[in-house]
Amino acid sequence: MIPDINPFVLFFASIFTSNILLANFLGMCSFVSISKDITSSNGLGMAVTMVMTITTALNWIVYNKIIVPFGLEYLRYIIFIIVIAAVVQILEMLIDRLSPNLYMSLGIFLPLITVNCAILGVSLFMQLRYYTFIQSIFYGLGSGLGWWLAIMALAAIRKKVDKSPNVPAALKGPGITLIIIGIMAMAFIGFSGMLNVQ
Amino acid sequence: MSPIFLAPLIVSTISAVLAAIIAIVDGIVNNYGEVKVNINGKKVITVKGGASLLTTLSETGIFVPSACGGRGSCGACKVKVLSDVGPHLPTEMPMLSPAEIKENIRLSCQVKVKKDIEIWLPEELFNVKKYKTKIESIKDVTHDIKEVKFKLLEPKEISFRAGQYVQIIVPPYEKIKEPTQRAYSISSLPSENNAFELLIRLVPGGIATTYVHNYLKEGDIMEVIGPFGDFYLRDTEADVIGVAGGSGMAPLKSIILDMFEKGITDRNVWFFFGARTLEDLYYVELFRELEKKWPKFHFVPALSEPLEEDNWKGETGFITDVLDKYIKEKMDPHTPKEGYLCGSPGMINACVKVMTDNGISEEKIYYDKFA
Repeated sequence: MIPDINPFVLFFASIFTSNILLANFLGMCSFVSISKDITSSNGLGMAVTMVMTITTALNWIVYNKIIVPFGLEYLRYIIFIIVIAAVVQILEMLIDRLSPNLYMSLGIFLPLITVNCAILGVSLFMQLRYYTFIQSIFYGLGSGLGWWLAIMALAAIRKKVDKSPNVPAALKGPGITLIIIGIMAMAFIGFSGMLNVQ
Repeated sequence: MSPIFLAPLIVSTISAVLAAIIAIVDGIVNNYGEVKVNINGKKVITVKGGASLLTTLSETGIFVPSACGGRGSCGACKVKVLSDVGPHLPTEMPMLSPAEIKENIRLSCQVKVKKDIEIWLPEELFNVKKYKTKIESIKDVTHDIKEVKFKLLEPKEISFRAGQYVQIIVPPYEKIKEPTQRAYSISSLPSENNAFELLIRLVPGGIATTYVHNYLKEGDIMEVIGPFGDFYLRDTEADVIGVAGGSGMAPLKSIILDMFEKGITDRNVWFFFGARTLEDLYYVELFRELEKKWPKFHFVPALSEPLEEDNWKGETGFITDVLDKYIKEKMDPHTPKEGYLCGSPGMINACVKVMTDNGISEEKIYYDKFA
């Protein structure tokens, strides 16, 4: 049952070939809305990576040590969300105290991550694919970095596109952004022959 | 065990454990211990960290004005912060001008005291105290304005400049669960220092005005913070043009009567008071008497919509039109003039325009806006 994948392979696969954003299209709402500003994108990417790694690891423990023994698999959605919300809350307090500057740059994005579907998606994939604990950590970290990479790439492209006078008026803003995302997704799918793992 | 009991039990246990962890982390992380607040480089106070600057200061007896009570909606609690407390928050931005942002002026209700902090406060604020008062009398001066007299219990005396305002603390009542602070100008004279009067107009739906009009009784105890504000007579030779509407009468009544009492009667004083109908007009007798005793004082009440039964013989029309007419026709165009305005924002903006159009510079126009 347990897939025999080297955690490092899984790590790179989740960044490039099965990027959570560009292959699974999760976390799109913040991806589209925040990517208009590079600084915010960087902050959000950092926050997502951090939360994703920690929640995937915690959810693995909760799922395999509590949910499965009690036979409550059908409750996994609600329990995963509760864990994610608590982690975000604790993380927010810790960052506020330990690094006020980072806290300021993350701003409102940190609490908003609670409802970012990519975070829940990674926890659910981790459980659906029967990853081990180590694999889950690498998968969570890789997916987070993949999300970060994708939003930074999109923010950079949008910065260029915004300066271009050639975008038709009807496509300005989200319209052209969605088309760009589509092309980015195709480019990322080009990696898929290199590492064919899920 | 049946899943009906098991499932809620497990979910709530997980939530409870996580909530407990959050509570513990909160207790450790958000405990900032004692921090020092350095005020004007003269006074250093040691306080418990973590709360907002506004509450921290008020707990040590320094009252920064705050008409909204710390919700960040009035912008009155501006304080200049000299040390670094991080960049301006999005909640502060709408209240601050670019110049204020550059000077690191902050809304003290939004800034949290987490480490040693250095701030600058105007000297007047040290005169601000919290007063315990007893309501001595409540009189109807019009159908919707009450004159409320506050007798000072502790401290027993107040020192203020005519034209300044105080904040009354309305206790929770009915659906209002939190004490609410609202600002009102003092209408009585500074020489009477053991009591003061406020004019409070009933605003439909207003938290403080509804309380004062419908709940407050003579003999009640009420807490008041003050005095605040820079709306007072400037010590110059210029003519004084006062314009007020509704309960905006209060600070001008105080300023004008204070001038007369102190013998500053060599300056020309024009007092324009705008009302809708005769029943909105008040204190007319008082000012008519004053005109007889003080030749350079002129009282000009104007009604915008006089009723037939009012039998009104005075000025009619909007106060701005009356003001414009008087400045052009009755006043000496060569003497310097100062404007003192109190009323609704709409009235003030319109009057400022009339005055600047008539050559009074904007720096010479002082006002209190009652939003």
